[in-house]
Amino acid sequence: MERIKTIETRNLASAKNGGCGECQTSCQSACKTSCGVANQKCEKADK
Amino acid sequence: MVHQYKLNGYDIVLDSCSGSIHVVDDVAYDLIAGYKTVPHDELARTVAGRYGIGEGEARECLGDIAELERSGKLFSEDDFTALAEGVKDRAPNVIKAMCLHVAHTCNLNCAYCFASQGKYHGERALMTLEVGKRAIDFLIENSGTRHNLEVDFFGGEPLMNWDVVKQIVAYARERERETGKHFRFTLTTNGMLIDDDVIEFSNREMNNVVLSLDGRREIHDRLRVDYAGNGSYDRIVPKFKELVRRRGDREYYMRGTFTHANPDFLKDVLHMADLGFDRLSMEPVVCAPDDPAALTDEDIKIVLGQYEQLAVEMLKRKKEGRPFIFYHYMLDLTGGPCIYKRLSGCGSGTEYVAVTPWGDLYPCHQFVGEEKYKLGDIWSGVGNESVRDEFRSCNACSRPECRECWAQLYCSGGCAANAYHATGSINGIYKQGCELFKKRIECAIMLQIAERGM
Repeated sequence: MERIKTIETRNLASAKNGGCGECQTSCQSACKTSCGVANQKCEKADK
Repeated sequence: MVHQYKLNGYDIVLDSCSGSIHVVDDVAYDLIAGYKTVPHDELARTVAGRYGIGEGEARECLGDIAELERSGKLFSEDDFTALAEGVKDRAPNVIKAMCLHVAHTCNLNCAYCFASQGKYHGERALMTLEVGKRAIDFLIENSGTRHNLEVDFFGGEPLMNWDVVKQIVAYARERERETGKHFRFTLTTNGMLIDDDVIEFSNREMNNVVLSLDGRREIHDRLRVDYAGNGSYDRIVPKFKELVRRRGDREYYMRGTFTHANPDFLKDVLHMADLGFDRLSMEPVVCAPDDPAALTDEDIKIVLGQYEQLAVEMLKRKKEGRPFIFYHYMLDLTGGPCIYKRLSGCGSGTEYVAVTPWGDLYPCHQFVGEEKYKLGDIWSGVGNESVRDEFRSCNACSRPECRECWAQLYCSGGCAANAYHATGSINGIYKQGCELFKKRIECAIMLQIAERGM
């Protein structure tokens, strides 16, 4: 029986040379008091 | 590093270095827990006995675990800490985002305001158009090869300087055409001065609008009052509803703060959802521990439970066809930030700065008024290199505690301002913030699992 199911996630291989820097600054998006980097999206992930 | 937890009926295993997420049964959960510390024969025998299965089945599962380890999806090696040193040198001195303090004054007198009612412990002031235009030029001049530039109109209350906001946007649009840059604007407002002009302009020009509402009327009006002491709820909610109705599918967030008065903040989140708002952000207050609004240890226990209940309620409402977004539960498992962004954090003091009405530069809005953290100004640039270096060196790997934490690549080292205000150092550990953050990520991952029907 299948006891382990794995969600395929992004191989964090995802950036070269320091990243492109075009993603939104997390502090600008909603919180202003608790950093939400994890809640951001990569601008190039789907390109 | 592997983190295991159980939530909402799921047994969840997170491999933090690879980002892999595994949903397992109780047998696999216990086998993974002992995999690195207990001899495998003994482990298989113990777990098989515990769950009434054959030892062979337990060994088969151990084989699956070994295969996941070989494929780099479990017990994966830390191959990013070495990159953290290079993060400091990433695009040196490029600035791409700016918090523009167009008004150091406010028409509300909120007791918990970190900006001391918008004045930031200084004089009341409105930014002039001249300063605003120079700030836009400064951002372009210091943006290097970055295409996307961001400006958040902030305060105080930015609508108290609305004509200047509109003129700054118009100027930035002119500069866009000349330079090929792309500006993304955000407006953060308490809503008191929203009118047709604000709605029409914001819904056309602002990529994001952040609307301050703390939830239930009695909660909101307890702290968010005008200078006569009158609550603001009844004046702003109709305006927020109209702005959001006319905004269509453009981004906005209802942004609330919960305090010692409402650790049961789920009621406030659901109140906003029931008002028809579907993009919600509710944040714990950040203040001195002796402040009456500060969350106590008892409050934190309640808040942790509220986060779990919120996640369950979101699943329920989604099934019922009335979903809403909670900012800190947004997690894109396949299109999230790259490793460099996760290591470097929010960029405060390096690629993100705050500009006062006088044109002074600070690492972010929460450091404005802290004289020792003044970076420089928009005419002569960043002169205080020691502060910039301090922030550049502050990243996901700079604290020993973070290097031992499973959530390191989700929180990116956390908020420098919170650390500073809690410990006196931007490299300190804001323990209360860590505890809440980890719970939010656990809930966000659980939601991803549930939404995949696993």
